[in-house]
Amino acid sequence: MKTLNNIPKVLKFTRNLVLTLIFSSLLFGCGSDAGNENASTESGTTEQTQENMEALTEDLTDPMNNKGVGPVDHVDLGPIDEAMVAEGKAIFEENCTACHKIEERYIGPALKELTVRRSPEWIMNMIMNPNEMVQQDPVAKALLAEYLSPMANQNISREDTRKILEYFRSVDEVK
Amino acid sequence: MISFIKKCATTALSAAFIFACTPQGPNNDSGGVMSVTNAASKVYVAPGNHDEFYAFMSGGFSGQISVYGLPSGRLFRVIPVFSQDPEKGYGYNEETKPMLQTSYGFVPWDDAHHPELSQTDGVPDGRWIFINGNNTPRIARVDLSTFETAEIIEIPNSGGNHSSPFITANSEYVVAGTRFSVPIPNEDIALDQYKEKYKGSLSFISVDQESGDMDVAFQVLVPGYDYDLAHAGKGQSHGWVFFTTYNTEQSNTLKEIGASQNDKDFIAAVNWKKAEEYLAQGKAKEMPASYYNNEYSDETHSATATQKKSVKVLIPEECPGLVYFLPTPKSPHGVDVDPTGEYIVGNGKLSADMSVHSFSKMVQAIENKDFETTIDGIPVLKYESVLDGIVKQAGLGPLHTEFDGKGNAYTSFFISSEVVKWKVDSKEVVDRVPTYYSIGHLMIPGGDSQKPFGKYLVALNKITKDRYLPTGPELAHSAQLYDISGDKMELLLDFPTIGEPHYAQAIPAELITPRSVKTFKLSENQHPYAAKKESEARVERDGNEVHVYMTSIRSHFAPDNIEGLEVGDKVYFHLTNLEQDWDVPHGLSVMGANNAELLVMPGQTETLLWEPQKPGVYPFYCTDFCSALHQEMQGYARVSPQGSTVALDWKTGNRK
Ligand SMILES: [Cu+2]
Repeated sequence: MKTLNNIPKVLKFTRNLVLTLIFSSLLFGCGSDAGNENASTESGTTEQTQENMEALTEDLTDPMNNKGVGPVDHVDLGPIDEAMVAEGKAIFEENCTACHKIEERYIGPALKELTVRRSPEWIMNMIMNPNEMVQQDPVAKALLAEYLSPMANQNISREDTRKILEYFRSVDEVK
Repeated sequence: MISFIKKCATTALSAAFIFACTPQGPNNDSGGVMSVTNAASKVYVAPGNHDEFYAFMSGGFSGQISVYGLPSGRLFRVIPVFSQDPEKGYGYNEETKPMLQTSYGFVPWDDAHHPELSQTDGVPDGRWIFINGNNTPRIARVDLSTFETAEIIEIPNSGGNHSSPFITANSEYVVAGTRFSVPIPNEDIALDQYKEKYKGSLSFISVDQESGDMDVAFQVLVPGYDYDLAHAGKGQSHGWVFFTTYNTEQSNTLKEIGASQNDKDFIAAVNWKKAEEYLAQGKAKEMPASYYNNEYSDETHSATATQKKSVKVLIPEECPGLVYFLPTPKSPHGVDVDPTGEYIVGNGKLSADMSVHSFSKMVQAIENKDFETTIDGIPVLKYESVLDGIVKQAGLGPLHTEFDGKGNAYTSFFISSEVVKWKVDSKEVVDRVPTYYSIGHLMIPGGDSQKPFGKYLVALNKITKDRYLPTGPELAHSAQLYDISGDKMELLLDFPTIGEPHYAQAIPAELITPRSVKTFKLSENQHPYAAKKESEARVERDGNEVHVYMTSIRSHFAPDNIEGLEVGDKVYFHLTNLEQDWDVPHGLSVMGANNAELLVMPGQTETLLWEPQKPGVYPFYCTDFCSALHQEMQGYARVSPQGSTVALDWKTGNRK
């Protein structure tokens, strides 16, 4: 729960919304609920399994632990690199602004505070691999169900995607 | 057998023939459908799998190329070349209109006959395909990385570009021989002076190996006959191109009688390496001419039409060794060179025999000056001196021959409706199959190259009576696929085609697929009216011209509300598709627009010119189903009376 400490109140609502959406599309046999720590499976599992299950549930339901589906499995974040931010902003404006605005919902979601809602890997995978993401990743699936217009694959390179991420980080830091 | 064929031929198009020659069942051994399930399994391409070959068929009078998969016979692309195409906006949008510019003005149609794949070392290489416009003499080059027409060049001093655009072994040249002889330069000359004043021309169009850029390198002025088809030499005969002629009688009326008098016409052998020497020596005459060279750029997504004013001409009389005539019976149609380059097959369409000339004998005869006579400075070689042998009485109406690379030739017989397989060295007939009906060209993948890919043969038929579900007086033309991998040809499939498919070429898919362009990079879009991001979308007025810089992405246009247009305006919608994903074009159509829609590829810009005629509100929308919200991809253009005070304004979404 440590990630939540950094999130402003307004975002808790967003997070809960996301959790709800995820659960509408997840098919877990355990029937556990994110809010119910004591839920147990019907078949009466061992404590060990119970713990694993809780860890797994926690892992998947906290979007900050979800790296998504795609080529990016690890991103090293350092201090914000202003040169990358500038390039990332330009790439974002050319390829993404027809559908995304920072402050408001447009064709797709508003991107303010994105970097505290989603893991850096998830963000990069969503940019680079949207088609597979909306088929396989529970959060992306939920987003498609909400927005209906599919995220366009703009064939952005990994390098350029990383720069866009840097731009998103800079936006969130200012706030 | 021969009498059977003759009997068939005399009633060629009658029901009697059709029934007599229609295979009755799987056990028919005259080349009909073998085992039905066996044939079906040989053409079955499972869902999700690709065909082994791409076949490019000329659309004939449709002016286009259609692309089919082999062996499935599935149509998966029509490439607009010489005709406007509302499906893609080709020839209607402002960017491609210059492609159809000619010295006769805008010509939005042609009669496309012979697709010809580019070659390297005598083998198709998958870079480009060329095709001739027969009617208004032109040659087009299609880029096979985009399946779009990249260039069209008009051929000056030509009347009907039929023997075209056959290619040399390294795509040095494509050729363009005139079907109709005309006054050169064309002028007002009495028709009864045909014999004295009319000339033929054989044009050599150079191809830049990097860009594909075409240029009329030179023309050879030849006697006023009809030049019908051509093929370039290969291997030992590389450096030569062979053209068939008919009408050596130089008749200009009732040609079906007048042009069938002489026992033999000619194959014109042109030594283009020699021509290059003469050009280098400055032997060519610069002749005034007027013709267009139109090129499409994938950077500006636009075509430019450039007028050219002169052409280099070589006169055989002044250039010894440039052209020789090989006598060939009788009104030869196709001229086909076997994969070794040694045998030159003249398909005398009015002769029962086919003459096979030998290139090495031809060289010998030239050395020995074994000439019958000389016409306009062109030596006529002695028939017996160049002839290698005759395929005797193989059928009626031989038209075209292709090769399997295993020493076999396959000739189409139009009148007797069949394909005859024969051995190139012994001239012995080894197999025959009927076609349904009246075959023109036939095609083996790579079958006119040095290394045919073999395996299949496609018959391109003119008549399909009783073969398909009737569609009124006009029926589809047909292609028939035969398996030629065994000793016996086996009919696998027939499928309908577009227009009148004259010729076709095919190439393994693996030579094209890896080069396929998937999107155009937005960052490389140099269209002068591109809006490369939504924030650049805007509307500008310049007098009565209004330029709408519009963008599209799933699922909206920007702007999607436009006001302040007036009756009398020329409204240019410049639509840039911001998508960078494969297979996500967007369309744009405006209610009442007098041309067509746009179909804009990812990263591309196209322009629709709209001239609203009366005040009102005009919806526009995307024509290409693009996403779940495709129906919502729409907008409004408001048109006010001329001189109205409504301010020019536009928006996407409500302003805050
Ligand atoms: Cu659309």
